[in-house]
Amino acid sequence: MLLQISEPGMSAAPHQHRLAVGIDLGTTNSLVATVRSGSATCLPDEQGHALLPSVVHYASDATVTVGHAAQARQNQDPANTVVSVKRFMGRGLTDVADAATPYRFVDEPGMLKLQTAAGIKSPVEVSADILKALKARAEASLGGELVGAVITVPAYFDDAQRQATKDAATLAGLNVLRLLNEPTAAAIAYGLDNAAEGTYVVYDLGGGTFDVSILELTRGLFEVRATSGDSQLGGDDFDHRLHCWILETAGLSQLNDRDSRLLLTKARQAKETLTDHASTQVTAQLSDGTLVNVELTAETLQQITAHLVQKTITPLRRALRDAKLGVDDIKGVVLVGGATRMPHVRRAVTELFGREPLTNLDPDKVVALGAAMQANVLAGNKGDDDWLLLDVIPLSLGLETMGGLVEKVIPRNSTIPTARAQEFTTFKDGQTAMAIHVLQGERELVTDGRSLARFELRGIPPMVAGAARIRVTFQVDADGLLSVSAREQSTGIEASIMVKPSYGLSDDEIGKMLRESMQHASDDMHARKLGEARVEAESILNATRAALTQDGDLLNDTERAEVDAALTSTEAAIAGHDADAVRLAAEALNEATSEFAARRMDRAVSRGLSGHKIDEI
Amino acid sequence: MPFDFSQSHFVLFGLPTTFALDRAVLDTAYRKLQAEFHPDRFAAADDAQKRLSLQIATRVNEAYQTLKSPLARARYLLQLNGVDTQEDTNTAMPVDFLMQQMEWRETIADAKTQRNVDELEELNRQLAEEITELTVELAELLDEQHAWSDAATAVRKLRFLEKLNDEIGNAIEAVLF
Repeated sequence: MLLQISEPGMSAAPHQHRLAVGIDLGTTNSLVATVRSGSATCLPDEQGHALLPSVVHYASDATVTVGHAAQARQNQDPANTVVSVKRFMGRGLTDVADAATPYRFVDEPGMLKLQTAAGIKSPVEVSADILKALKARAEASLGGELVGAVITVPAYFDDAQRQATKDAATLAGLNVLRLLNEPTAAAIAYGLDNAAEGTYVVYDLGGGTFDVSILELTRGLFEVRATSGDSQLGGDDFDHRLHCWILETAGLSQLNDRDSRLLLTKARQAKETLTDHASTQVTAQLSDGTLVNVELTAETLQQITAHLVQKTITPLRRALRDAKLGVDDIKGVVLVGGATRMPHVRRAVTELFGREPLTNLDPDKVVALGAAMQANVLAGNKGDDDWLLLDVIPLSLGLETMGGLVEKVIPRNSTIPTARAQEFTTFKDGQTAMAIHVLQGERELVTDGRSLARFELRGIPPMVAGAARIRVTFQVDADGLLSVSAREQSTGIEASIMVKPSYGLSDDEIGKMLRESMQHASDDMHARKLGEARVEAESILNATRAALTQDGDLLNDTERAEVDAALTSTEAAIAGHDADAVRLAAEALNEATSEFAARRMDRAVSRGLSGHKIDEI
Repeated sequence: MPFDFSQSHFVLFGLPTTFALDRAVLDTAYRKLQAEFHPDRFAAADDAQKRLSLQIATRVNEAYQTLKSPLARARYLLQLNGVDTQEDTNTAMPVDFLMQQMEWRETIADAKTQRNVDELEELNRQLAEEITELTVELAELLDEQHAWSDAATAVRKLRFLEKLNDEIGNAIEAVLF
């Protein structure tokens, strides 16, 4: 008898190479790479371009054009040429309301959509069109069907943005082996290439997102210590700033969409030219014949975008703090993303760390190469090198509790996969349902956090307040995706969802939330105190009311009036905003009912003696 | 994928069930287990295997986090010995300890108001020393004397100190960012 022996997770036929790719789905450009004969390479298109511009054009005859051909049409037909769609992934309409774009957004609940000549398209569909082009390129180049793909996402992407990316891949017919954080992918490519050991910082400034990750590299292990970033900051913002500067300098205003897009393209080209030139001329002819001709120096570019560079330093410091590391503990800084080519960005990083950053890998390709290496291992093509990757979640996860407060369940920078369970109880007698509201972010108040999902646990058997025990479990998988389940412990009633958020935060909100959570720590503290005091006071109120209904006859009129007065003043205090006043009123109420409580206890005991169970009282 | 979910975190990592811990041994054992069970090892496996590896890797992470932190490790060790640390219910602390806590809080608040990061960093350093002292005491109580009740009190104290540590961290962030 023949026994087929295979390692878990590996193909039964290890000699057969399984085709897998790594895809960097970028804001500006996308790439696909694979491992061939032991080394990772980016797969070029027929013209030899490795970079596929992340641009999709939709024509009225439903023809979809992706990449360079679509880019060529963007000045003529901006409304139907979608660029930087990554910025809209997992986002709602209100989130992009202030973004200067030529698109016609469709007002629908959930993720925003775009009206194009070929119909309404969601960002997931547009991203899927980019992925389809890369898949076709890879299959033509490798001569076979793909087993799967590793798709990279910014480390600072939240659950909605990750889920949207995974959906796009599925829509493109790709089997997603793993969502991989971009800086981690870069670290793999860099680390394996240089046999690096020690603690490294990856500074990843892409077209539309900024990530910073701190990783510890030891033999065969890539361990992310902390990550931070800004999912709405990238090279695009430098282009926009420059675009505005050109308008001001040339004395222009109110451009049409075509001219606006033209100048934006010119701005980007000028920025790129200044990477190795001290100055450049920006020239363009607008549709009404106006000639634009302004000189731009590297110094001016640095001045007008200094605040954007500064915006990257805060997350960098925060990541160091979270990792409990100082600048001196860092062995090297790896630069990733096309925007890190800007000399003044490099200078800022050099200054902070007191050393030159590492740039020996192409910052445009390094993410795709790392993703390809990971895809190769995940597909079961184990080579000589074997390594393990341990990543983290970028933002804390929490639940809404009474008083509009967020109870953090999984703190940011926890190693994934991870799960945490928390017990909650009912607040009112006989309560049979409980709403579960899942949030992401660092703030203490629900109204300041990003709402991920709401669901309801029904059918809790009626019990006295506080008797039900509801255990809510958060599970974050290796893709960084969250699922939540809830279970009432005494009855086993269960509810669970794969968190599929349909609504996004406003553009800057994630970064803003973090900043504000620090700035407003004291506001939050006060609000938290007030919230907690209210919850406490309300539960005493409820208990008193229930007790009066049941055993009100134990009090004479004078006593009853005293209790009623304490009830009223507690209600009034709850309506106000003074935490101490609420607490004092609740204490007074407790005091006023202590004699009443003692008499109820006596009654309960005498009933108990006459054959009742104590829990029936 | 044989894995015993009922074993203790200490047994899982092949460590003695003591508060004293060889961090290098823990780290090595942790990495070895993740290398074996991490979902990346099962990306091409069937759904049942994927699910099991997710559960195991999650447990290994939880166990590592628990043992890595002195507070969580002490709490867990007491729990294994049937002792509830009553951190949320038992607030009866020695008066001098509470007085000291209030002093800490006032000093932190003052330094924060004055936006004095150096002072906050100095407080951080002093607190780290106190935490180390308390950790040494915990090792004695748990490993030598098996004085569970006193150890539970020490755990509650350590919880206070960890909270102060968080407060200093938040204050520094609030001043810096």
